[in-house]
Amino acid sequence: MTTEQILWLLPLPPLLAFVFIILFTNRWKVLSFSIAVAAAAISWIGSMVIFSRAVALHEFGKFIFQSNINWLPTGDTYLRIGVMVDPLTAVTLFFVGWTVLMIFIYSIGYHNFGKPKGDHDRAGLQPHGATVKDEHGHAHTELSVEPMFSRFFAFIGLFAFGMYTLVVSDNLLTLFVGWEIMGLCSYLLIGFWYGKPSARAAAIKAFMTTRVGDVFMLLGIVYLYSVTGTLNYREIFYNPEVLHVLGNTYTPLGISVASAIAILIFIGIIGKSAQWPLHVWLPDAMEGPTPVSAMIHAATMVSAGVYLAIRIYPLASAGGGVHNLTPAMMTMGIIGCFTALFAATIAVAQNDIKKVLAYSTISQLGFMIAALGIGAYVAAAFHLVTHAFFKALLFLGSGSVIHGVEHGALHTGEHVDPQDMFNMGGLRKKMPITFWTFLIGGLALSGFPFVTAGFWSKDEILADAFAHGQWLVFFVLVLAATLTAFYTMRQITLTFFGAPRTKAAEHAKETPWTMTLPLILLGVFAVVAGWAGIPEALTAGTIPNWFHEFVGATLFEHPEPLVFNFTPMLDSILISLGGLSLGWLVYRKVKAGDPDPLVKPMGPVHRLLRNKWYFDEFYAYFVVKPTIWMSEVFTSLWMDRMVIDGILNAVGGIIGRVGHAFRNYFDAPVVNGFGDFLGEGTKWIGKESAPLVQRGRIQGYMVASLTVIIILAVAFFFFRP
Amino acid sequence: MTALQIIFLLAAAVILISAVMVTATRNMVHAALWLIATLFGVAVIFAVLEAGFLAVVQVVVYIGAIAIMFIFAVMLTRREMLDKGPQMNKRAWLAGILCVVIFASLIYMLSSWVGFNQIPLLVGNADTLTLLGQSLLLPSAYLLPFEVASVLLLAALVGAVYVASNRKQEEK
Amino acid sequence: MIPLSWFLILSAALFSIGLFGVMARKNAVAILLSVELMLNAVNINLVAFWRYGNIVNMAGQVFAIIVFAVAAAEVAVGLALVISVYRRFNTVVADEIDLMKW
Repeated sequence: MTTEQILWLLPLPPLLAFVFIILFTNRWKVLSFSIAVAAAAISWIGSMVIFSRAVALHEFGKFIFQSNINWLPTGDTYLRIGVMVDPLTAVTLFFVGWTVLMIFIYSIGYHNFGKPKGDHDRAGLQPHGATVKDEHGHAHTELSVEPMFSRFFAFIGLFAFGMYTLVVSDNLLTLFVGWEIMGLCSYLLIGFWYGKPSARAAAIKAFMTTRVGDVFMLLGIVYLYSVTGTLNYREIFYNPEVLHVLGNTYTPLGISVASAIAILIFIGIIGKSAQWPLHVWLPDAMEGPTPVSAMIHAATMVSAGVYLAIRIYPLASAGGGVHNLTPAMMTMGIIGCFTALFAATIAVAQNDIKKVLAYSTISQLGFMIAALGIGAYVAAAFHLVTHAFFKALLFLGSGSVIHGVEHGALHTGEHVDPQDMFNMGGLRKKMPITFWTFLIGGLALSGFPFVTAGFWSKDEILADAFAHGQWLVFFVLVLAATLTAFYTMRQITLTFFGAPRTKAAEHAKETPWTMTLPLILLGVFAVVAGWAGIPEALTAGTIPNWFHEFVGATLFEHPEPLVFNFTPMLDSILISLGGLSLGWLVYRKVKAGDPDPLVKPMGPVHRLLRNKWYFDEFYAYFVVKPTIWMSEVFTSLWMDRMVIDGILNAVGGIIGRVGHAFRNYFDAPVVNGFGDFLGEGTKWIGKESAPLVQRGRIQGYMVASLTVIIILAVAFFFFRP
Repeated sequence: MTALQIIFLLAAAVILISAVMVTATRNMVHAALWLIATLFGVAVIFAVLEAGFLAVVQVVVYIGAIAIMFIFAVMLTRREMLDKGPQMNKRAWLAGILCVVIFASLIYMLSSWVGFNQIPLLVGNADTLTLLGQSLLLPSAYLLPFEVASVLLLAALVGAVYVASNRKQEEK
Repeated sequence: MIPLSWFLILSAALFSIGLFGVMARKNAVAILLSVELMLNAVNINLVAFWRYGNIVNMAGQVFAIIVFAVAAAEVAVGLALVISVYRRFNTVVADEIDLMKW
């Protein structure tokens, strides 16, 4: 099969899985997850095949796999859509294929396949446990199977379809299609347990917030189309003349057309990748099941945002470059840095294991965006790939932890929040596989030197900033990285080290193989993936920086390799080790019932951080309330009901009255009257004249007939024709 | 003015005056009697026209039978003093106009005929009576109408008897 | 030497008078009397035309004889009807016999 054929067919298996599960196999769990996992596996195989072919091709980047068709007739030409693989797509397909498959397999165990049906479980709410009697007759509660099991697999199948569509497309339009499909699926999946009001609210919040970004993104796409007449990547981003023209034409606002478009599209990325100020949806999105969190916030959706940012980098940097930051790049840099630091500070004060990871994701995405902002193209792509692996690993690990604690809680009958880290502790002994894989992921996130993927990718960003003299970015990211290491170790210490703080934690159990196997596989990648991008200088030129060469070829002008400097590398090592140790030291002695050790020293600052800098409240008052007022009072009540309905009712009333007038003053008397007159007249004629004519008197008849005959005869005689 | 013309004029006068009296008189018996006078006049006209047989038949049949029948009918349909009071109905004037018009138009139509004023041919020695008898009895002549007329009379006889019979017994 | 026109005028006049009587008289028997007048006028006409035409052709006189027969028959039946109606409705006024009205 040719690569192009595989490309066209790549998004298809998950879509078919969605359709089949929804239509046919909803009732049979085994069939549903089998179809879903098989679909993910097929797409994974396709992704691997394409990746291997792409890697094998010499000068891949100049020569790519692509195929497109005429789609939308526009005057004399067509808008073409199609599929493409260039180096960026190849690496993206690699991590998307793996993470999606891992998450699909994980979901089988996460939703407790094989466990009994719950006592009070209802579709729309989380499963609450099933009472099981063992041989000795005493009952204990166990984790119960999810009632909406098949539905979940259908939705993540649709989600995978959206992501694959986005990744393989060769133009911004089908990318946008995939983007929106993923937006829909995030709504469906965050609100998966629709019986929970908080889940429903979170789903709406996610959709609305990303929608705000999507409006601007669509404006950017339309602007781009109107200026260039095409949306194809190769024709715009790989085309120096187009980029040159766009970069040097200026809009009335004073920035170049390229930057304007890039900023508009970037606003969409802010929404999708949860950068400040549109970050508010991502923590709330933790209401969804953990595989969803992994999928959305690690592997696919937020990565799609950064993928797009990397895609439009040529546009963003048109008219400038690494040494001359364009307005678009400056915007990206500022927002990325700010978000990285901002989210890291919040993560320090969160107690929910998933919320820490959520803010961590926001922060790491900020790193990637900041990297793009300073022109570190390859570094951003590198961090995207490594982050997908270790973040997916961390999320799935946290899901495993929550399951273990829940098991313990059901076993002991304790009512504790299984997601609160202050209810955990000592899980390293109870859930070893989870512990080791989570540790690997956490170390990768913190950038533990040399053996983790995160180290190499994060270091490259810092090195880039250092080398190009972007000191503000450098210092902010250093600070953020320190905080990252700190809160990661805080999380690991609270969860796995020390003594169990609750009975639930004491009775926690390791999760089944369907959940731990993906953890192990992802753990391998979290270690190994980084070695593809080791800077050349470290190996004294023997091993080339494969990642840099490969992904760098996506751009028309390869980014120049960095001059290696030890300082940023040293800094990376210091901050990662320092942060990790600090985190362990502060949190290793936390006992059951103890408050967070940072609360007292930080005082009100801690409360600010724990309440997410009160941004949700700010938006609720300044954005949501006015919007609701607009819709409820201004448009609904005033404009719609009073003005428009008033006009319509008045018109209707007038017409009604006119109709009535017509009916009562014209139709009834005149028209009906005329008809009645005719009828009555005829009746009257008959009634009145009959007695006159038909008297029954034959003499009268005779007279009458003779009269007529004479008259006719005379007439005939005298006026013969 | 020949004798024949005078006779004709006298007879015509009798006829017309009697006819008018038939239609104008109140008393029904008088009307019947005036009819008889008319019929006599017509008989004279027949004689003037050298149809002697017909003149006699006129007297015998019309006056002798029909007029008598009329008198009987008048007798049988009398109500007390019915003969007083007007006996022209409401449309008499219209009927009068009509009849005048009809008479006028008849004369007018006839006068435009060529033979309107012709003179009769001489009779000569033709034996018209024998001829009449022969024409009534010869099948090549008018035997069939003659026989049919007799059947008609039979039918009329039976019909009249039936219609006028007193059927009070059957109704009970 | 009486011109034919005299007979024709006489017959027309008699006919018209009879017609007037038919249309104008109240009494049913009087109507029948007037019918007789009309029939006599016809007879005069027929015989006059016989005399003033080919007298060998007896059609005129034969027709007049048939008219006699018919008149007799008609009078008989007519008077029988009038008597029957008189018995039923107790009137001979033609205008009062109007059952066949609307």
